[in-house]
Amino acid sequence: MAEFKLKPEELGRINYQPPRKGWMDPHVDIRKGTYCYGAVPETLRYLDLPFPKKWQPNDADWQLPPNWKEIIFEGMRQRLNKFRSFKIFMDVCVRCGACADKCHYFIGSGDPKNMPVLRAELLRSVYRRDFTLAGKLMGKMIGARELNEEVLREWFYYFYQCTECRRCSVFCPYGIDTAEITMMGRELLNLLGLSIEWICTPLSNCFRTGNHLGIQPHGFKDSIEFAVDELAELTGIQVNVPINEKGHDILFVTPSADYFGSPHYFTLLGYFSLFHEIGLNYTMSSYASDGGNFGLFHSHEMMKRLNSKIYLEAERLGVKWILGGECGHMWRVLHQYMDTMNGPADFLQVPKSPMTGTVFENAASTKMVHITEFTADLIKHNKLKLDPSRNNHWRATFHDSCNPARAMGLIEEPRYVIRNVMNHFYEMPENTIKEQTFCCGSGSGLGTDENMEMRLRGGLPRANAVKHMKETKDVNLLLCICAIDKATLPPLLEYWVPGVEVAGVHELVGNALVMKGEKVRDTDLRGQPLQGKE
Amino acid sequence: MISLWFSIIVVVILILIPTIGSSSAALQSLFGIVIPYAAIITFLAGFVYRVLNWAKSPVPFRITTTCGQQKSLPWIKNSKLEAPHNAWGVVRRMALEIFFFRSLFRNTKVELRDGPRLVYGSSKWLWAAGLAFHYSFLVIFIRHFKYFVEPIPGWVSLVQSLDAFFQIGLPVIFLTDAVILASVGYLFFRRLCDDKIRYISHAADYFPLLLILSIATTGILMRYFFKVDIVNVKQLGTGLLSFNPHLPQGIGPLFYVHLFLVCTLIAYFPFSKLMHLGGVFLSPTRNLANNNRMKRHQNVWNFPVKMHTYDEYEEEFHKVMKAADIPLDKE
Amino acid sequence: MRDRGRILIGLLIFLILMTFPVWYNALNGVSVMQEPELATKNVPGKDKCVNTAEYMRQNHMNLLNQWRDTVVRQDVRVYTTVDGRKFNMSLTNTCLDCHPNRENFCNRCHNYLAVNPYCWDCHVDPQDPKVLAAKEPR
Repeated sequence: MAEFKLKPEELGRINYQPPRKGWMDPHVDIRKGTYCYGAVPETLRYLDLPFPKKWQPNDADWQLPPNWKEIIFEGMRQRLNKFRSFKIFMDVCVRCGACADKCHYFIGSGDPKNMPVLRAELLRSVYRRDFTLAGKLMGKMIGARELNEEVLREWFYYFYQCTECRRCSVFCPYGIDTAEITMMGRELLNLLGLSIEWICTPLSNCFRTGNHLGIQPHGFKDSIEFAVDELAELTGIQVNVPINEKGHDILFVTPSADYFGSPHYFTLLGYFSLFHEIGLNYTMSSYASDGGNFGLFHSHEMMKRLNSKIYLEAERLGVKWILGGECGHMWRVLHQYMDTMNGPADFLQVPKSPMTGTVFENAASTKMVHITEFTADLIKHNKLKLDPSRNNHWRATFHDSCNPARAMGLIEEPRYVIRNVMNHFYEMPENTIKEQTFCCGSGSGLGTDENMEMRLRGGLPRANAVKHMKETKDVNLLLCICAIDKATLPPLLEYWVPGVEVAGVHELVGNALVMKGEKVRDTDLRGQPLQGKE
Repeated sequence: MISLWFSIIVVVILILIPTIGSSSAALQSLFGIVIPYAAIITFLAGFVYRVLNWAKSPVPFRITTTCGQQKSLPWIKNSKLEAPHNAWGVVRRMALEIFFFRSLFRNTKVELRDGPRLVYGSSKWLWAAGLAFHYSFLVIFIRHFKYFVEPIPGWVSLVQSLDAFFQIGLPVIFLTDAVILASVGYLFFRRLCDDKIRYISHAADYFPLLLILSIATTGILMRYFFKVDIVNVKQLGTGLLSFNPHLPQGIGPLFYVHLFLVCTLIAYFPFSKLMHLGGVFLSPTRNLANNNRMKRHQNVWNFPVKMHTYDEYEEEFHKVMKAADIPLDKE
Repeated sequence: MRDRGRILIGLLIFLILMTFPVWYNALNGVSVMQEPELATKNVPGKDKCVNTAEYMRQNHMNLLNQWRDTVVRQDVRVYTTVDGRKFNMSLTNTCLDCHPNRENFCNRCHNYLAVNPYCWDCHVDPQDPKVLAAKEPR
């Protein structure tokens, strides 16, 4: 943050006027602050990925193999044959422009190639020329262009300026999903060893140690024990968190940032309080120590490779079903990909809440339940003693994370929980929440510091809505259910809306939960004094 | 802008070809019989080819875009239209999309004010013009059946009489004639006047609009200003579509322009973005139920990948796990 | 794919709708339009229409409309043709002289082209069997 000099007023002066010259002649300025560093060769090697090299996106020479165009064309051909989505989305766009001002990166940067339609056209133009008759005949007139290195640079730059948030897909009359196009674009770039460090290092970490941070089993256990001790200090209650133990009913999987990042950590304390209070028979796993899956930001293959551990571990530990913590992209993978890729999970049972007896029919096949579904059900059945006034020092609004909102439809569950654990909750304007929610600006592996300008630009629409809430409702807390949000919203808000903190929903659950035998609570899980107890 | 001028020139040429060509009696059978047959065959075969080509690629994952509340706990109201969890819901969601352009109806417009402050306004003109255009096109298409069949089925006459409901002018003005000119005109000028949209437009975007505009205009001119002998037109039409083609004499040249432009449109159709007519049905983010966790979706090309198994993991970290007292499979 | 069957059915429905005129014609056959019947009287001055056949084919509706407006609004009843002949501007008393039969003249083209003029909303068709029947008792 320190190195970022532009003031909010300056960054907020955005020119939406596209240049006079059209976009068909490829040109890209890979500018500092708006791109992520290239993947380091060791990580690619560890993952058996092609063409590892020391490389930066702003290098003049990208060290491409001599047959790189053939590799790309073959890669496109294969993907067109494997994904109907790709074919349809290449073919049916009418360029109506409805998506144009729906992208947070376009809104924040004014760069016309950040309009979802143009982002896709970067790929479509090559598809047209080499895969369609009309493109071969008519060329430039119908938007077909030749693949060259400059086009490849455009691909890299703009496919790493898309957070795969799918907001444009909500507005598209044909449901064209830019996330799908970006995924294809990134897969094609991967074929030439062109990926980013912030994705590939977590990938190799996660493949090796089970979590993106590369925390080894003993480190994992240390972190958990540290949290347990801290919780004992805050609440006076010693909880027990089993690790890698067989014979429990439930495997709990959560993003690794929950036990290593802040403010994620307070959410973790919230989970542990909850699980202890209801006497949940669960275990965590050091092997499946991350539900998050940066494979989603890399390739379908990598996604499957990382995801495989969850079912494998559930089977090895002999649990009945799996409970998942607060995370956005993790839940996109769990909801839309896991069962297809690594299922069927016949060895598990249809999830049933041991406290309420509720059978989660909506997870009958995947056998994995979202923590807010689980908690909402507990609250509905009066299984929790809650004191919402313990959150009276917070005036909160809720940020729907892209993936739970637009890939799951998980919208009311977190809200139900929030309304029951606190007294001051306010919704942001309709156009910025639920299925129309804005990205944090740093999703899909772009949340790195060297990309800070782009992150702040992309996060502007979200921050702006929060600012509106701060001004009108005096909001001082932004709630969310996503680990990437928790990591990237704090610097975003610090820049655009100083004075608003970020927290996970279960942190507030932990604050409000009245536990049997707890000591007099005069602080929240952050150790801040409660209202009236200052 | 080159692409705009290119489209204009192409359309002008397409108008000139039959204007000049059809004055020769010998060429009239080319314009009246050969080209229409060729265009129809190209359209049907091309359309079928494109759809089958799409169908050939599998749908490996269920990537529904949810635009509402999922079905989860029984007491939380599920949005059956925006996040359908079964086939019936999907059918209704698709019907909304296809008949009412549901997604386009959501359209908003963002504005940046000082501060910076972003404001979002509703923006329904694109939706309204799009819907108006598509429905008038459909009605006009149905009305034209009367030139190809005899006797004329009641529902075709009914559509026509509804279209002429207000009985204004003589010959009675069809509402759709006015609506299609206005809506296509709007869509065209929107492309020109909105900088963003102009920036993303290719000739492939201007051309179909101009072509449809020319078709509508020639049709209207024939009805009101430069009348052609429509009894002869119908004899040509019924002859063509009963595979007994014969060319009546004395149909005006304007008719051949109209017919040639229509032939161009339908022959161009399968090779262009106009295929969204078929594609909208096949979009995986819309035509799949959001029941991912309820019912497993099969991927036909699901393949084994290199995994990092627990055994490998335990082997690598055996020492530290043992030291940290973490349960092990192998002592 | 499991959905290929559904796609094929959809495609088939599309083709059936698109080719509607073809199979409709194949099933019904195409009826030929019968030429409209004239009954020109051998009365001097009434052996020729008010304008050429070609003009009348394309513009009779406008002419009739113009006649109606002129008679009703301006109370002018005489129409002078281009070649100087004079006619009473009246559908019943002039046009029907030579084209007395609605069924065999007007409707032949109108039905063929699905045209529904509203002339007969007000005017009486003297050849209409109902009209003839109503006249009988007198």
